[in-house]
Amino acid sequence: MPTITYRDALNQALKEEMERDPNVFLMGEEVGVYQGAYKVSRGLLDAFGEQRVIDTPITELGFAGVGIGAAMVGLRPVIEFMTWNFALLAVDQIVNSAAKMLYMSGGQIRIPIVFRGPGGAALQLAAQHSQAFDSWYAHIPGLKVVAPATPYDAKGLLKSAIRDDNPVVFLEGEMMYNAKGDVPEGDYTVPLGKAEVKLEGSDVTLVCHAKTVAVAQRAARQLAEECGIAAEIVDLRTIRPLDTETIIRSVVKTNRCVVVEEGWPFCGIGAQVVDYIQLHAFDHMDAPVLRVTQADVPIPYNKRLEKAAKPSPDRVVDAVKQITYLD
Amino acid sequence: MAQTATASVLDTERADFHRRLLRQMCLIRRFEERAGEAYALGKIGGFCHLYIGQEAVAVGVLAALRDDDYVMGSYRDHGHALARGMSAREVMAELYGKVTGCSRGKGGSMHLFSVERQYLGGHAIVGAHIPLVAGAAFAIKYRGEDRVALGFFGEAAVNNGAFHEALNMAAVWKLPAIFVTENNRYGMGTATERASAVYDVATRACSYDMDRDTVDGMDVLAVYEATARAVERAREQRLPTLLEARTYRFMGHSMSDPIHGHYRMREEIEEQKKRDPLHSFSDRLVEAGIMSPEDYEEMERQIREELDDAAAFADESAEPDPYELYTDVYVD
Repeated sequence: MPTITYRDALNQALKEEMERDPNVFLMGEEVGVYQGAYKVSRGLLDAFGEQRVIDTPITELGFAGVGIGAAMVGLRPVIEFMTWNFALLAVDQIVNSAAKMLYMSGGQIRIPIVFRGPGGAALQLAAQHSQAFDSWYAHIPGLKVVAPATPYDAKGLLKSAIRDDNPVVFLEGEMMYNAKGDVPEGDYTVPLGKAEVKLEGSDVTLVCHAKTVAVAQRAARQLAEECGIAAEIVDLRTIRPLDTETIIRSVVKTNRCVVVEEGWPFCGIGAQVVDYIQLHAFDHMDAPVLRVTQADVPIPYNKRLEKAAKPSPDRVVDAVKQITYLD
Repeated sequence: MAQTATASVLDTERADFHRRLLRQMCLIRRFEERAGEAYALGKIGGFCHLYIGQEAVAVGVLAALRDDDYVMGSYRDHGHALARGMSAREVMAELYGKVTGCSRGKGGSMHLFSVERQYLGGHAIVGAHIPLVAGAAFAIKYRGEDRVALGFFGEAAVNNGAFHEALNMAAVWKLPAIFVTENNRYGMGTATERASAVYDVATRACSYDMDRDTVDGMDVLAVYEATARAVERAREQRLPTLLEARTYRFMGHSMSDPIHGHYRMREEIEEQKKRDPLHSFSDRLVEAGIMSPEDYEEMERQIREELDDAAAFADESAEPDPYELYTDVYVD
């Protein structure tokens, strides 16, 4: 099986879906002539022409709305945001137009659209370019929210997202684009709404998604080597709909849980996961569920401060030690 | 570029067409009067924005479209829906929140939808549907069709970013879109000249090198003719147009807003009512011999019957079942 980057896995998904369905098109800033700000769309303009790979003005609200309007009448747009930080300008369109149209129209109008791009902190991009909005979108009924961690999942989930008849918020990350992994050539899909146990273990469940899967994996290695603790890693892959079954099955086995996420703590994804656990596995838990998040501050520019703000393997290890009473 | 429509001319050979326009305007007027009464009786809830005074715009504009063209509007959408051919029954039932309503009771006054009639909503964030209109026009061009996409919005929306972003893209990509500003002089309670550096809405099109037109929005034939020119431009040349219809709303902004008060005086409204689009057009038809006073009475009687039926239908229809709360959130 070829080993390719997360970036190229996304590129394959786009190319294959555009070949499969003439209604699929890609629209966003610099997706065409420039070949993509992060080169996810490299080669697509040559392959499909400017009718289907459309460079836009810098107007996030506007082109998000154009995509939704096209989806209302049956096209299947993929709207690329250069980063989700810029998509704040388009939140009205995503929330008020895309997410609600099916409901407001009494089921008449579908919005089969994917909004995608990188989000969260990269390296020293400072406060306005470093935000993880996963929980914002996950809050909205009518949206699906997907956040793949590996190249394999990135390709399979993007294909599923494009084929889904609902609006999908697809969260990538600058720091993941170069990550490599095994990705089959040709068509396969990963279903939306299904978490995956990325590592089996018996002592503690680490619930994570996207960038924090790698954080949890490093923490798991450290826990095994230093403390003999076998961590189980549950990669959510889709935030909404949330695969609560896989989470509950895991914590019922391990009786302990740490939720690791890139976003801020207040009303975060972890808060939702903890609520499910207390509701459905209360009697199975041997310790409080802890959360490792980014610090509750705007992300600073300074490298040392930025590092301190992000979830790290050390903080995950510390949290696990705390709930296994090793500290 | 800019054309300012001259007074329209009646064409006695198109008498049926003229009578149809008058009937639609009259239906909207009487429908809205009924809606106002039903609101006062508590049968309609939430926000309810009546279209009285602006009937010539919806009727004149939509008469120039084909059935397969795409249409969207703002929250003041009852008139658009009816002029697009949606039934008084399904619209009234929607205002009543009934399951037989066009949006199955889930949209209400501000969110009327009918895919069958290609009326793609009632949208209630000012200006936000203008990019959606550009998007539908984009889809038309993408598929190589000869439809057009048309959107209605108030003059207050043109100070909004969504308007400018959408018009710029429609112009740079040459989309078959028609943007219709219903300039009723007030964005809620704020007069245009207090909110807008430029009074003439149509001149905004200059920023995007877009064709524009300003028309008397109280003259249904002038509105029809101006729209027909824009439709031809969109269909034949794939070019967008910004069309400004100068109109006036005779009622308050919504049912909670008195007709006159802090922001406009009774005298102004009385003056504007001399331009009443329904009365002026019916007078013209009678004067031209296209319609007799008896014909007019008969038309009113038929409309009364149609609206009696619509109100009874809405009254008697069922509420949505409780399980409907959770349907239509996602496509399965």
